[in-house]
Amino acid sequence: MLADRKARGQPRPERGGDRPEAQIFHHSFAADPLSVRKALRAALARFTRNMTSDEAGTLELLLAEVLNNIVEHGYGDSGKGMITLSMVRDGRGLSCSVSDDGIELPADCINRKIATETLRPHPDDLPEGGFGWFLIRDLAEDLGYHRVDGRNLLAFRLPLSPQPHQG
Amino acid sequence: MNLFAEALNGALVVRVDEERIDAAIAMRFKDRMREVTAQPSTRVVLDMSQVDFLDSSGLGAVVAVMKSLAPTRRLELSGLTPNVAKVFQLTRMDTVFRIHTDVEAALQEGLRNAG
Repeated sequence: MLADRKARGQPRPERGGDRPEAQIFHHSFAADPLSVRKALRAALARFTRNMTSDEAGTLELLLAEVLNNIVEHGYGDSGKGMITLSMVRDGRGLSCSVSDDGIELPADCINRKIATETLRPHPDDLPEGGFGWFLIRDLAEDLGYHRVDGRNLLAFRLPLSPQPHQG
Repeated sequence: MNLFAEALNGALVVRVDEERIDAAIAMRFKDRMREVTAQPSTRVVLDMSQVDFLDSSGLGAVVAVMKSLAPTRRLELSGLTPNVAKVFQLTRMDTVFRIHTDVEAALQEGLRNAG
């Protein structure tokens, strides 16, 4: 299993130093709802220091929808299987990639040619589901999906306001 | 799943004493809501002021509770925190629920309507 690479216990670089702490997160975890919760907490702890609370809320929602979708549909709530989440912060936002060995993602989940309005479950129908992919498409940018050798790879970006100066 | 129900001014106020209503807890939320709303009351006000995070599973569970109470009983929401309010706005489900700033405001409205 790949471990979270943040340098635990090491002194942070001094302010004004020319090597800021790399903002990378890489974590593999079991495909079940409680492991997703833990992964979300770890990912949020890694990146929210330089985000507004609104951005942090958006990040948590976006990641929760992607990861829980894999638990529920990719692995069919079997509680088996692994998910790997990688995230890198750059000047414009967060680049995220998620991989799993579950079933193939239906094509219409990420098909952007379909108007967003038609994909939002209609409120008056009192829908109890179908919001997940609507939210993902709404919140994420540059959503891409690739399946190779039975492995799903989903990549997306979360745009963020520029970071304050950090040393 | 910590839910506490209390009859106040003709409404049943259910306080969610959880930080999250997410995929891990959505089913239990629905089950517990069925139990605590067993006591009769036309209005059920769900106090979500302690809930910091709601995902699409949690939203689906809240909608399911609303539907299970209808048509004779009404589920209203109160005290949505910013991240929770955002989910209702993005999905336009804020158009379906009566949403109050807090429990106080929900009960005040009940009194006005009664008068």
